[in-house]
Amino acid sequence: MSPTNYLLLSALLFSIGAVGVLVRRNAIVVFMCVELMLNAVNLTLVTFSRMNGGLDGQVMAFFVMVVAAAEVVVGLAIIMSIFRTRRSSSIDDANLLKY
Amino acid sequence: MTELPEIGAATGVASLAWLLFVLPALGALVLFVTGRRADRWGHWLGVLTVVASFVIGLLIFLETTGLPEAERSRELSLFQWIGVAGLHVDFGLRLDPLSLTFVLLITGVGSLIHIYSTGYMGHDPGRRRFFAQLNLFVAAMLVLVLGNNFVMLYLGWEGVGLASYLLIGFYQDRPSAATAAKKAFIMNRVGDVGLAIAIFLLWTNLGTVQYSEVFERAGELSPGVLVAIAVMLLLGACGKSGQFPLQSWLPDAMEGPTPVSALIHAATMVTAGVYLIARANPIYNLTETGRLVVTLIGVITLLIGAIIGCAYDDIKKVLAYSTVSQIGYMILAVGLGPAGYALGILHLLTHGFFKAGLFLGAGSVMHAMNDNVDMRHYGGLFKHMKITSITFLLGYLALIGFPFLSGYFSKDAIIEAAFAAPGWQGWVFGGAATLAAGLTAFYMTRLVLMTFFGEERWKDLKSADGKDYHPHESPASMTAPMILLAVGSVFAGFLLSNGELLAHWLSPSLGELQEGAHGALPHEVVPWLVVGFSALGVLIAYLVVGRRPTPVERPVKVSWPVRAARKDLYANALNEALFERPGLALTAGFVATDDRGVDGVVNGAGSLLTGSSSVLRRAQTGFVRSYALSMLGGSLLVVAALLAVRFA
Repeated sequence: MSPTNYLLLSALLFSIGAVGVLVRRNAIVVFMCVELMLNAVNLTLVTFSRMNGGLDGQVMAFFVMVVAAAEVVVGLAIIMSIFRTRRSSSIDDANLLKY
Repeated sequence: MTELPEIGAATGVASLAWLLFVLPALGALVLFVTGRRADRWGHWLGVLTVVASFVIGLLIFLETTGLPEAERSRELSLFQWIGVAGLHVDFGLRLDPLSLTFVLLITGVGSLIHIYSTGYMGHDPGRRRFFAQLNLFVAAMLVLVLGNNFVMLYLGWEGVGLASYLLIGFYQDRPSAATAAKKAFIMNRVGDVGLAIAIFLLWTNLGTVQYSEVFERAGELSPGVLVAIAVMLLLGACGKSGQFPLQSWLPDAMEGPTPVSALIHAATMVTAGVYLIARANPIYNLTETGRLVVTLIGVITLLIGAIIGCAYDDIKKVLAYSTVSQIGYMILAVGLGPAGYALGILHLLTHGFFKAGLFLGAGSVMHAMNDNVDMRHYGGLFKHMKITSITFLLGYLALIGFPFLSGYFSKDAIIEAAFAAPGWQGWVFGGAATLAAGLTAFYMTRLVLMTFFGEERWKDLKSADGKDYHPHESPASMTAPMILLAVGSVFAGFLLSNGELLAHWLSPSLGELQEGAHGALPHEVVPWLVVGFSALGVLIAYLVVGRRPTPVERPVKVSWPVRAARKDLYANALNEALFERPGLALTAGFVATDDRGVDGVVNGAGSLLTGSSSVLRRAQTGFVRSYALSMLGGSLLVVAALLAVRFA
């Protein structure tokens, strides 16, 4: 099985995630898409590590997972507090930084 | 060419010559610094310093007369004032006959006027300040005449200009006084530019400003430079002495207290211009064109002053125009070259006596008439103020050149020398001077008749503060100086002319007095001609003014010469049109350029930024998704750039 297939798959997953971030309105769904992008990157890293024969990519994938976990904690906390004060989870409604 | 004298070092009493100006300067300093604490004794300190200077000056003078003629020019070097590359200016004094004559005039007349002022300014709360400023003036004037180089002269020149400004504007509650002081200073400044340029020319061409060196080497200058220096010095003299075209500040300067008018604007400061030209005689001896310009200015001025003086009712203004005219005579005299330098100085001395006396007399009259200066409100004051009247009349007779009083000797000598000028100049100068002598007699007689004789027009009038007029004689502090000056007016001319005493005394400084070549009229005719014109002027004044009652209200319907004379022969209108209005327009233009141009550029830069920022901030929509899109777009650009670099 050639590694390029894995790369194509992760590119596809990354684009889906990117489009999802841009298009979806629910904050939680946006978050899931961000997770999708991160996992696509993980797949890319592992694939390249297999292609190059070293372990660097796999170690980096661990780092990415830790960062993703921390980011989810913080992000969900923010969304929760916005939801509590604004009673809406649509990101379009959080536009107070408008000029 | 006259031989220049040897300059010796000053010894004996002359080594104390620096006290001459240091004492009044210290007096001024003390009086300015101590402020109101000195109000009760300040004026006596002021009198003391000037009297002390007079005593020292007299001692130096007496010592100098004891020296042989060849040794009478001495210099006393005090310290080096400016010493930079190429420019070395000494702070030193020149004690030769010319400067000593001026020292005696300044300190002598100055002392008398200081004593007069103790009485005249007795009720003024600013009396101490007055004496401080008057002392400052005396100090500056002494520096002017005693300096041994042109830069020290300039220092004194500026100092007297400052003192004049302070003293003209002495009555700080009168806007007219402030305006007059400003006008005097500005017109002086115009003249000062001329003097400064002359000093620059001397330095760039000769490398020195010291009198002794300049006069020795004046022959090295090219004719063009000589004429330029001569005319620039004349410009300076015009500014300081109130000659055409810078004459209109002098009558306005009468806003100052009368002792100021007597000391500064009659006897001393306005004569600084004559001193300058007389001192620079080695330069003027070398340039006939320069001398011609000087004489023409003198002639024009003496006529202007005489014509305008006939039309004014303000006693001080008439005397002021008379001063302008008489200084015109002095300038005419020094412009005649070696034939006239000593005559100009002689007239300067006699004029100092009688004009100061006349001004002090006018002050006495004003004192008696509650400071009213309008002669139409006077009349018949002779019996109420005998001493003032008699001293005033003696000064008047001296001024019009009554035979054998001082003015007769000095003015006639000048007119004789004027007639003796070559060619058309003799007729023009002599004729104009004689005509002006007649006009002088006319307006002075008019003044005297309106003031001291005739009907007592003030009996039915009330003064400006609503009180009746009670003319009375002035106190002794005022009448004593007037008497002394009247004595000088009577005898000074005879004493100084007798055997050409003054001319001979001044010859180390001014050269030998040359008899003019016999020109237009023979010598013997001129005195008769001048006396005749003067007598004619007196007669006309008696017929026109003395025999008819003087109207208390100023007549409005007058002939055009009188109208022109009342408007100062349109001198002020001309100044306004030529200088003031364009100057105001220029400053208004600059202000507009600054407000709209410079401020516009700066404010425009600001509003440009504000405008562009208000356009650009529309990118901040607050919309999270559009931010996400721009982040994505940005990262795509970075990747594209990396790839392009990699595969380029």
